[in-house]
Amino acid sequence: MSDMPRLETPLLEVRDLAVAFDTDGGAVHAVNGVSYALREGETLGIVGESGSGKSVHVLAMLGLIPRPPGRITGGQVLFRGRDLLTLPEKALRKVRGGEIGFVFQDPMSSLNPGMTVAAQIVEPLRIHLGLDARAARRRARELLDLVRIPNAAGRLDQYPHEFSGGQRQRVMIAIGIACRPKLLIADEATTALDVTVQAEIVALVQELKREIGMAIIWITHDLGVVAGISDTVQVMYAGRILERGPVDDIFADPRSAYTLGLLRSLPDLTRGRAGRGRLRQIEGAPPDMRAPPPGDPFAPRNAYATPRCRTEAPPLVQAAGAAPGHLVAAWYDLPAILAREAEEAR
Amino acid sequence: MRAPDYPIVSVRNLSKHYPLRSWWGGKASVFRAVEDVSFDIRAGETLGLVGESGSGKSTIGRAVTMLNPPTAGTVAFEGTDLAKLSPRAMRGMRARIQTVFQDPYAALNPRMSVGDYVSEAFKLHRPEMGRAERRAAVAGLFERVGLEPRFAGRFPHQFSGGQRQRICIARAIALKPSFIVADEPIAALDVSIQAQVVNLLQDLQAELGLSYLFISHDLRMVRYLCHRVAVLWRGRIVELAESDALYDDPRHPYTQRLLGAVPVPDPAAERARLAAEQARPASPIAEGGDLVEVAPGHWVVTRS
Repeated sequence: MSDMPRLETPLLEVRDLAVAFDTDGGAVHAVNGVSYALREGETLGIVGESGSGKSVHVLAMLGLIPRPPGRITGGQVLFRGRDLLTLPEKALRKVRGGEIGFVFQDPMSSLNPGMTVAAQIVEPLRIHLGLDARAARRRARELLDLVRIPNAAGRLDQYPHEFSGGQRQRVMIAIGIACRPKLLIADEATTALDVTVQAEIVALVQELKREIGMAIIWITHDLGVVAGISDTVQVMYAGRILERGPVDDIFADPRSAYTLGLLRSLPDLTRGRAGRGRLRQIEGAPPDMRAPPPGDPFAPRNAYATPRCRTEAPPLVQAAGAAPGHLVAAWYDLPAILAREAEEAR
Repeated sequence: MRAPDYPIVSVRNLSKHYPLRSWWGGKASVFRAVEDVSFDIRAGETLGLVGESGSGKSTIGRAVTMLNPPTAGTVAFEGTDLAKLSPRAMRGMRARIQTVFQDPYAALNPRMSVGDYVSEAFKLHRPEMGRAERRAAVAGLFERVGLEPRFAGRFPHQFSGGQRQRICIARAIALKPSFIVADEPIAALDVSIQAQVVNLLQDLQAELGLSYLFISHDLRMVRYLCHRVAVLWRGRIVELAESDALYDDPRHPYTQRLLGAVPVPDPAAERARLAAEQARPASPIAEGGDLVEVAPGHWVVTRS
């Protein structure tokens, strides 16, 4: 799981990406200077809630936000050295669905209801790999086998509505990995599924990752899923990265009050009802991105915020005393605050 | 706090079938969405209802409130068989049985101020209340659910998802119900908001003595909130127990599979869980059998 950091060109490098949407009420700054790098074969778990920019930034990367009203207001997205943001649409289309596969939350709206499953899997194979019809169909059947759709050959010519929700998501994954991508982006890919089906999909993606050696960006709000599959975790809020680092360090030694709040608000599945108190809730609501707060966007909900948090946005920097590569954007010192609290509690 | 021991809701042998007819008008058959389900909910108790989508969770919620009456079986509320009530008496009963749904935005009327939406409950069920009295009651409810009363004149789109759910909860408790069906009430909310709403539901229960049927796929929240839990599988209850007993000692293979699939927010533990799951292929679960009490209050479908 925990590869040593290697000195190599990253597979993907996002530099200072900024995305805005023009609305009647003015510009909504959905992504505000997001920078990170992804190694080949690395799994990055991105955690965030509505308005965090987690989905918008990957859609922008893939050229999938509607423009207008969307605008990319700055930054670069280097994929294997090429800036995706400046690629002509035709070249970008070759990357999308080819070297970069993606799976979104709702397979029913991502799949074309009027096309058979075979037609939809065959399409990227013909476009990106240049396979002929017969070879593409054979590969499509192999892919359905690979994502463990029973009786794959018999189901190729069925339509999406003839598949269950979990099976449709498997078909989406089959399309996502059809061209053996270097990077698979999954945005809330298991959110709409039952927990037992989610477990199967997560196991499947892990297996495919081992087989194909692809990198993964897994976007979710579920800290449990992120814990199991990620090498690196990135916590986003209000269009910014608040914290990022190796998965074990993020969970054991969170440095952002938001990360800590999320971890603390989860009830423990193994803890009995006796003596349990109220859940530790995060007060307030995510910011209205039409009028985001100045400074640290989490400050209005953060009991530990300092006056500086309310006026000046903190940069994302190496957290003092944390594991290398564990970055945080915070003016306050969370471990010191928690130590003081523990002291006072005694 | 222990729940008192008399049932406020008694469901017996509830079934809900939907006729299926092939499009060419062939032989009719029925889809058994819910089959022979029985449970009690005591005053002040929260019963959790879990199971995969399509297992009949929401169907039971709608049958219990008579929004979509059952095909067979009875639902008794405070000792009264709801199916035997006249429409007029049922309307009166509706004040005592409320529902909170997953999507608060769909429940609200976009053209009605949220204050009017809550006030509507009084207009329908408490015609004797005057305008000023209603306004004061709405302000009190807003405060109770953690919203500023001065927001009553605003419209649904001016609120966040969590605030909208608070508005729906305000309306649900307006008529002082004794029983609320909460059907996935936190599923559409941001993670940072879910704990707020669960805390609110719990506070209201302590204050008003409410009973809840809490329908959810969030198995962590169900253990935290519910006194007892029923596990549905293919329209039947396969296990029902005190929540600690169910989570610490699940007996039915489906319950075991369900609880075993919940990701753990701890990297080392979760990686170990994933590895164990991959090593052990899921074995098929046999259907059929009867609910048997295997320990006091712990019922499991067992094949004889």
